[in-house]
Amino acid sequence: MNRSLHYVAAEIGVTVEDLNGWIERRWVLPVRAGRNPAFDDADRTRIRMILDFHRDLAIDDEAMPVVLDLIDRLHAARAQLRAILEAVAVLPEPAQTAILRKMQGETEQ
Amino acid sequence: MNDPYKILGIAKTASADEIKKSYRKLAKQHHPDLNPGSAEAAATFKDISSAYDLLSDPDKRARFDRGEIDASGQERADNSFYRSYAGGPQGARYRSNAGFDPSDIFADMFSRAGQGGGGGFGRGGGDFQEFRMRGGDLSYTLSVDFLEAAKGAQKRLSFPDGRTLDVNVPVGTVTGSVLRLRGQGQPGTGGGPAGDALIEITVEPHALFRREGNNVLVDLPVTLAEAVLGGKINVPTIEGPVSMTVPAGSNTGTRLRLRGRGIAPKGGAAGDQYITLKVMLPKEPDTALSDFIKNWPGREYDVRGT
Repeated sequence: MNRSLHYVAAEIGVTVEDLNGWIERRWVLPVRAGRNPAFDDADRTRIRMILDFHRDLAIDDEAMPVVLDLIDRLHAARAQLRAILEAVAVLPEPAQTAILRKMQGETEQ
Repeated sequence: MNDPYKILGIAKTASADEIKKSYRKLAKQHHPDLNPGSAEAAATFKDISSAYDLLSDPDKRARFDRGEIDASGQERADNSFYRSYAGGPQGARYRSNAGFDPSDIFADMFSRAGQGGGGGFGRGGGDFQEFRMRGGDLSYTLSVDFLEAAKGAQKRLSFPDGRTLDVNVPVGTVTGSVLRLRGQGQPGTGGGPAGDALIEITVEPHALFRREGNNVLVDLPVTLAEAVLGGKINVPTIEGPVSMTVPAGSNTGTRLRLRGRGIAPKGGAAGDQYITLKVMLPKEPDTALSDFIKNWPGREYDVRGT
């Protein structure tokens, strides 16, 4: 479900000014339909995460982009790993075994 | 929940500042979004934040210390964390925004494989040089209003990267429909085709109109005179007002049909509009009307089947 700026601000407990600032800094990237940003579930949980980081973890505006960038890279890498594992899962059994054996061998070294 | 003091690793006498410090330290370690794959982190974080929730509020803390309340706190749902969406199609725009190109992994892996290095799949074969892969799909949600969905519309979506996309919302689109825009997703790897953009539609409700398939339903107030005597009235339809005759002796709940005035999907038969009448008395009590009813011989008619 898509939500408006004011709805999301009230729902999560962040000021509209802060939220606009985060959008300006590209920490949150809502899609716009017409002029108004529309926040989906990914946007809303991300806003909540930024608020947690800011308020509870004392991550300041200087450090925040570094943290967000690393989290985004982490998820990109995880998505890629998942794609590889899905590709491996459709290989014939001997190929799967060979790959797993090689991976285990490399971690043991 | 266990002892909140133990969970935060602090003494019963800890100051507000010490509580905050300890919470921050633990939260940095266990926040679920900093531990995307770990179920344990989620469980630990729940305990930590409940404990902090209790002890950071002087009033709640005092009541807990006196034994008036126990340590059970508000729990935050698992799906309220970004990590639940970060790996899915909605999170794709953030993953690609990180300046991290997933195809780099392949480039790296397969170039090493090509050189006969031990790092990648295969052994020195050049086959993987030509590795091609289709780009990932990106997923968005789009709200359209009732009339746009009923009559079809073109909507322009603007993406954070400055790209815009014109989306044709077809006539008769319903909530949950997914429009697939070919080639508008993430770029492919090694010359592979781009993925698709998937747009999930939510249709906003309308103040007057409702839908039942391709039929449009409207509740329409009519005056007592229109109901009793019949007459011509203007009825709103999705294409604008239409004149229609109310038969004499109509009642609240009487259902009238405007054939072919519903939703007309391409290549399908148009639906109808159904109008359910609602007889309204005047807003202010009317002496002439009540005098008439008092003297009306037929006023005691059976409506409840008793």
